[in-house]
Amino acid sequence: MIPIAFDYKKATSVDEALAALAAGGEDAKILGGGQSLLPVLRLRLNAPSVVVDCSTIDELKGVCEDGNKVVVGAGTTHYDVIKNPMVNQSVSLLAKATASVADPQIRHRGTLGGALAHADPRADQPPVAIALDAEFSIAGPGGRRTVSAADFFIGPFETAVGPDEILVSVAFPKLDGWGSHYEKFNRTAQAWSIVGAAAAVRMDGGKIAEARIGLTNVGGTPHRATTVEQALVGASSIAEVEAACAHASDGLEAFADDDADVDYRTHLARVLTARAVAKAAGLS
Amino acid sequence: MTEVVDVGTALGRPIKRKEDARLLHGQTNWTDNIQLPGTVHMAILRSPFAHAKITKLDISGALAMPNVVAAFGAAELGDLNASVPCVWPVTDDMVAPDFPALAKDKVRHVGDAVAVVVASDARSAADALEAIVVDYEPLDAVINMEKAISADTAYVHDDKGTNTCYVYNLGGGYDEKVKEADVVVKRRFINQRLIPVFMEPRSVVAAPMGMSDEITLWSSTQVPHILRLLLALVTGVPENNLRVVAPDVGGGFGGKLQIYREEILALQLARKMGRPVKWTETRSEDMVATHHGRDQIQDIEIAAKSDGTLVGLKVDLIANMGAYLQIITPGVPLLGMFMYPGIYKMGAYDFKCTGVFTNTTPTDAYRGAGRPESTYAIERIMDELAAELGMEPMELRKKNWIKHEEFPFTTIAGLTYDTGNYELATARALELFDYEGLRAEQKQRRDSGDKVQLGIGISTFTEMCGLAPSRTLGALKYVAGGWEHCTVRVLPTGKVEVITGTSPHGQGHETAWSQIASSILGVPVEDIEVVHSDTGRAPYGMDTYGSRSLAVGGQAIKAASERLVEKAAVIAAHQLECSTSDLEYINGVFQVKGDPEKAQPLGAVAFEAFTAHNLPDGVEPTLSAEATIDPQDFSYPHGTHLAAMEVDTETGKVTLRKYVCVDDVGIQVNPMIVEGQVHGGLAQGIGQALYEGAFYDEDGQPLNANMSSYLVPGAPDLPSFITDTTCTPSTTNPLGTKGVGEAGAIASTPAIINGVVDALRHLGVTDVAMPATPMTVWKTIQAAQGGK
Amino acid sequence: MHQIHQEITVTVDGISYERAVEPRTLLVHFLREDLGKVGTVVGCDTSNCGACTVLVNGQSTKSCSMLAVQADGAEVTTIQGVSDGNEWHPVQSAFKECHGLQCGYCTPGMVMSSIDLLNENPNPSEEEIREGLEGNLCRCTGYHNIVKSVQRAAEMMEGAK
Repeated sequence: MIPIAFDYKKATSVDEALAALAAGGEDAKILGGGQSLLPVLRLRLNAPSVVVDCSTIDELKGVCEDGNKVVVGAGTTHYDVIKNPMVNQSVSLLAKATASVADPQIRHRGTLGGALAHADPRADQPPVAIALDAEFSIAGPGGRRTVSAADFFIGPFETAVGPDEILVSVAFPKLDGWGSHYEKFNRTAQAWSIVGAAAAVRMDGGKIAEARIGLTNVGGTPHRATTVEQALVGASSIAEVEAACAHASDGLEAFADDDADVDYRTHLARVLTARAVAKAAGLS
Repeated sequence: MTEVVDVGTALGRPIKRKEDARLLHGQTNWTDNIQLPGTVHMAILRSPFAHAKITKLDISGALAMPNVVAAFGAAELGDLNASVPCVWPVTDDMVAPDFPALAKDKVRHVGDAVAVVVASDARSAADALEAIVVDYEPLDAVINMEKAISADTAYVHDDKGTNTCYVYNLGGGYDEKVKEADVVVKRRFINQRLIPVFMEPRSVVAAPMGMSDEITLWSSTQVPHILRLLLALVTGVPENNLRVVAPDVGGGFGGKLQIYREEILALQLARKMGRPVKWTETRSEDMVATHHGRDQIQDIEIAAKSDGTLVGLKVDLIANMGAYLQIITPGVPLLGMFMYPGIYKMGAYDFKCTGVFTNTTPTDAYRGAGRPESTYAIERIMDELAAELGMEPMELRKKNWIKHEEFPFTTIAGLTYDTGNYELATARALELFDYEGLRAEQKQRRDSGDKVQLGIGISTFTEMCGLAPSRTLGALKYVAGGWEHCTVRVLPTGKVEVITGTSPHGQGHETAWSQIASSILGVPVEDIEVVHSDTGRAPYGMDTYGSRSLAVGGQAIKAASERLVEKAAVIAAHQLECSTSDLEYINGVFQVKGDPEKAQPLGAVAFEAFTAHNLPDGVEPTLSAEATIDPQDFSYPHGTHLAAMEVDTETGKVTLRKYVCVDDVGIQVNPMIVEGQVHGGLAQGIGQALYEGAFYDEDGQPLNANMSSYLVPGAPDLPSFITDTTCTPSTTNPLGTKGVGEAGAIASTPAIINGVVDALRHLGVTDVAMPATPMTVWKTIQAAQGGK
Repeated sequence: MHQIHQEITVTVDGISYERAVEPRTLLVHFLREDLGKVGTVVGCDTSNCGACTVLVNGQSTKSCSMLAVQADGAEVTTIQGVSDGNEWHPVQSAFKECHGLQCGYCTPGMVMSSIDLLNENPNPSEEEIREGLEGNLCRCTGYHNIVKSVQRAAEMMEGAK
């Protein structure tokens, strides 16, 4: 089906985009890569008055270094994230989770910022952001502000980005030398994650010295498994990892849907977390 | 008689397809590509409720929208609101409710059509739907089939006072025979509702031809001939004024074996408005408006002696009709009725089917239509019986199947299987599969308590193809015949037209039919054009479904080609001044036996027939011949399918590791096409077992009616398949062919689920519901373990 | 009313087109309805099937998930632009040779995705081919012969170097 008619404003700078959003009011929608927005528009589930195209803003694209951080522009495509040497070197968990997003065509156009700001609970990159304490740079009428990942995700499809704001970039701490793995679990290759587990670990002398764990689709927002992170310190075997990851359900308020009821989803969180950690740690 | 030497150059070869050049270059003629001048576009307002009274319908808002030409509800459409036909009243007292193109005062499923808007472009038509005002008074939805036939239910069709469409019985000796049994195994299988998901959404264009009364209707259909006849019957358009064309059609799988309300509406509005009317569905619309398949509750009981000898089988079905009856909705379960005994010998067979109305999208044929359901039931319960008896499942099958020397064999269901060799196909499959090696690995995994368990699934299936002998169809109260037609013409330049009544939508008939004609006429495949799917150019036909095209239509091509050679021989003999018995026909040339210098190629004969300057007395000009073939019986392809299934017991995730199938489809015209048909069928059968299922909530809202939630397998979800064939030529048709379109879809579903259950049987699991999703499998394991 | 058309310039299969389009026009509708390039088809409305796949500036893209206005200034290649005159693209030849299509409706997208896949990875494994075609659904072939077609195309393209 064809979307309901809307006005279109192509922005070439963040300021232009902000101005267009301000002019468009509450029914304005930002178009990043469009890979989430366009299906929604085609099904006529949403009818924006104006679509502000931010895919043409150069400032939002690309990856750069900022001290001990890797800063990814919100408009950087999944494809460019996966191919970026700095991301692969220093934030390999992001590269791996991004490689599991949708399919090649969608990764060519979809953007990191779009996926994070859309905040679909089933999306694969939000748990990476929450696990790695990413920092979100948001531009608004009053200037720019930085929001931590913990404060960024508010609920399903809801973030700290206000209707008159735009996500500019996301900064990830460099974790050179850490092992990482994203364990995606879905029904078919094309399907969304039922649950996903993102793990980054620093090994020291064959033991886990530090761990960062984020879970996909176990609640309305990506879940940081801090109890597991603490319990994993010192683990050096699969059995120890599994024991620590039994805590993955701690503090979890899992929900039920057609793919998983609460019991099963909780169970998957534990199993998949253990698998992700074991692979990230190189244990077998 | 001229001796025809069949050099067989084309038959049986994997010739590359003629169809591919245009398909690979985007030079296709899908119905939605047709852009006639002055076309108006139709959009349909569909019910958001499963069951509701329409208390108000106001289309005036739509009429006020830009570019809108007209809008209609049932009232505005009046006499043009023709009904969708059902041609298979399976019993004399079958309840057959009216199914109007636009719902009149009630809607009966989500997606039921309420109003239609016509605009100068498709987007304006879609926009205008939002301006139509409808007030609904929601009614209790009838969704659960068992509840639908209980006392405590609302009625889908109030005026009928029942949700039972029909009850059909066959057999009757089981209850007596079962007394001889040592073991009885009962199971309830749910053969879940599926959506065909052909890749090309349905589309129709209806165009009045100038100021005449003629109308051409293009549709993405499998059945242009049947569509023409039925549209003429339900709309009153004189059949002679209606031409139906199925241009390139992007898949069907039974889903386009239908007369759809949108086809009726396009035709009626084109007549009313005197303009070309076009409609193309969206995918999400397709998923509620295109008929669905399967959806049966199967209560199966099998009885055996303690040595495994089968005593009898009892089948009690509840089959979901959906909200209305479409072309063969009630007959689909009966197509399976004959196949529940499968390849096995037994002493008694009872069958009962209750057809039930619910507030859901109507069901009808989907790849296999009745036979996948029956094959699933018998092949699943054979595994359960084997487990009960402590027998190897393959040994139980071997003990009971019809032995190759016993053919032809009349089954307990009354069918006579002409040929087959289950031993041979099974032996070959076991060899390709490394059955013993996988059994050893399975034991090792069980013994070590591996998280990933291995199971082996078996399906030794047969099916009936070649719908169908007309007398049989008549006996089953189907209102049409099962014949097929072909006309073969040799043009004056020696090129050939094969005019067929089959209607391909991916099967490669243009290539395969050329091969059949080539093998008899001796004309190169590339010099033959296959004309099809246009009632203006190929007026006689019964179209393509039920794996009938080769098994019936192919025979007509053979017969017409042979008749053409006979006629040509008379002309050639006249030219060569000999008798026809002095001629032999080799590679497209008539030669006088013993004197190869005296010869005339078919093209020269055709030119003589065209000029008609020197024809023998009594021979009419032009060179063509036709044949209409009514098959003497069905054909019975069979095969042995083996699946190695890995089940992650921790997550419930199932992975198909290896799939081997050896199919006996009789004589093959083009083995490349045969193999492709098997591959595609497997993917759909595996899809039913593991991924697919259309579900409703208790209010009748579809839970997964779009492509992102109705999951069909993608490339990463399947392995490459190991396929092979054996061949016992069918004796029910002269080519010895059997049919292959549905085999893979029929055989694979039970093989997959048998494999999943086999992987988990030592954990106490005796069945896994379809689709075997990770949660379903995990919950099944938990329940079995909890029960220990 | 949102009826303001936007002027765009798009190069499609080597030819530059200037057109005015409604902003809501999807690239695939622009190709089919405005330019008559009906080789590219629509199979779904949820970005799943991939039948509408084209190359936009050389990258495979679902043309149902991009607005025509976003293609302003871009170079688009469709199934109708991959052969060189009468010379078939090796992927097209391989699909015919390996029977990688039946009804042919997914084929335009499947061919375009395969071209992109082989551009990225000229010598893919079976697993890489299957993953690379994740965004394209086929209901006829079970993918078996599509995988073989891509493998064959890789051989042909390697041999042509």
